[in-house]
Amino acid sequence: MTTTPPDHAAPGTDPRAAYRDALLRLAEHDERVLCLDSDTGGLENTFGARFPDRYLNVGIAEANMLSVASGLAARGYRPYVHTMATFATTRAAEQLKLDVVGNALPVGVVATHSGLSATHLGTTHYALEDLAVVRALAEMTVVVPASGAEVGPALHAAHRRPGPTYLRLGRSATPDIRPEDAGFELGSAATLRSGTDATVIAMGPYPVLMALEAAHALAWEGVSCRVLQVHTLVPLDTAAVLAAARTTAGIVTVEEHRPQGGLGDAVAATVSAEHPLPHRRVAVTGEVGVVVQEHREALEAADVSAAAIRTAVAHVIETGRGNRHDWPTLG
Amino acid sequence: MDTDTAAVEIRRSIIRAAGGPKGAHVGGSLSCADILAVLHFDVMGERDTFILSKGHAAPALYATLAVRGLLEAEELDTYARPGSRLFGHPRQGIPGVAFPTGSLGHGLGLAIGTALGERLDGGTGRVYVLLGDGELQEGSVWEAAMYAGTRGLDNLVAVVDRNSLQITGSTEERAGLEPLAGRFAAFGWETRDVDGHDTCALSAAARGPAQRRPLAVIARTVKGSGVPFLEGKTSSHYATLRPELVRRALTAVEARRPT
Repeated sequence: MTTTPPDHAAPGTDPRAAYRDALLRLAEHDERVLCLDSDTGGLENTFGARFPDRYLNVGIAEANMLSVASGLAARGYRPYVHTMATFATTRAAEQLKLDVVGNALPVGVVATHSGLSATHLGTTHYALEDLAVVRALAEMTVVVPASGAEVGPALHAAHRRPGPTYLRLGRSATPDIRPEDAGFELGSAATLRSGTDATVIAMGPYPVLMALEAAHALAWEGVSCRVLQVHTLVPLDTAAVLAAARTTAGIVTVEEHRPQGGLGDAVAATVSAEHPLPHRRVAVTGEVGVVVQEHREALEAADVSAAAIRTAVAHVIETGRGNRHDWPTLG
Repeated sequence: MDTDTAAVEIRRSIIRAAGGPKGAHVGGSLSCADILAVLHFDVMGERDTFILSKGHAAPALYATLAVRGLLEAEELDTYARPGSRLFGHPRQGIPGVAFPTGSLGHGLGLAIGTALGERLDGGTGRVYVLLGDGELQEGSVWEAAMYAGTRGLDNLVAVVDRNSLQITGSTEERAGLEPLAGRFAAFGWETRDVDGHDTCALSAAARGPAQRRPLAVIARTVKGSGVPFLEGKTSSHYATLRPELVRRALTAVEARRPT
């Protein structure tokens, strides 16, 4: 199976617009669905216009929004709260921990502006630690679509699960990785490209795109690189990760997050326990937000790039050669 | 059970908890004993919900739930002892505990969500939430107060246990709260300022209908109320009572039992 990387100049589906549409469809089918907003804009004219009684804008008060959502969920409602990823987690972490997750309530936390996607808004609006927070809370389904086209299927799949969900969205449209009808199975990693030498496990819009680009380029050098897309960080598809560990020389994880606490840690915890092998993390490093950049450009400056993935793949194959002798020579 | 008798039973249990090996948040539990008695044995009906936002008053809540028959009286003696589910702050799963609380500043938001849910269901139940006054220094309380006032949540009643003391001294010396009723009023609430140990006054204040506004009852209380050697003392916030002090405290409380 080979997925060719999409043209990254091609416009994709806007993830926030996709979410607004998907939530409306959900609300039409499930009258328990409520939309809680913290004055983010955009929902008042969509959900709020269609279901005025089920749209609650609490104002700019994320901690209170999560407590209110918990009270509603405890009464049998299915509230979806809407705010930026950094405010849903590091600002209101305790309400998320105690009120939502602590009571195992089915609150959907829809977190926008993830990673560096709010590039021009500046560092206060970046969310590079949110996944560490929600992974640490453990009892939360964590979904990171790779493009706007996956947002609807992800929301509908998550709605069928019990307990809280964290849905991590970017701020603006990125290229669609897969068509909407490609199927979306929560908890299952998607093999976007087969490969036998190394596995790149990527999560989130640009990381998946860059992984495909890197694999495509590596193929010309004779390196067969598997690309595994993780859209469900919790629960992680450990079977797919372990299959990669057993059948390729090494693993490279790619994510739009700091190296601590995100996909790299989740994968490391799985493979180190069951099948240790070389693993390199491509994640956001160094200082970010010094000058305004485009989203992809900002990621590349922070060492999340196709080139960084290729270097990491070469490194894990080289390291893996110490134990195994059938991997290709690079360079 | 009448409220004054219930209040005696609640205070007795608080004192016994403070006589246990780990002690208890005795001062702030005693200060809200009359409030809990009035809410649970007079004001609240079957459709109403109670949320204890000042979770450190757990001994007072457990005692109330035991008098209501939701907990076995014998279980109260396990308070904070190994093997017990009765922690120093209430956890989920205990009958009558709506939410785990004790991390301050969460209860009002949880109460708002519950009240909105009741309203969406078309129900007539009210939600009563008991807040500590020191807790009002948390910003999330005012996020919630602002929203409840704006929404005109007339099925929400917040009672503030206004004992005016926190761990290190007077609330007014730390981050002052007065004029407290005025602050809630400014956020769109109806307010009533009453003696929090006058059960008749409390009963009248907490049941009054608020027209399209949430109701805040500022209940003026005394920390350690009912036990003279604890009353008005900052040191009563958390205390372990030796057997002799337990006896003295129980005698003082018993003297208030209606005849």
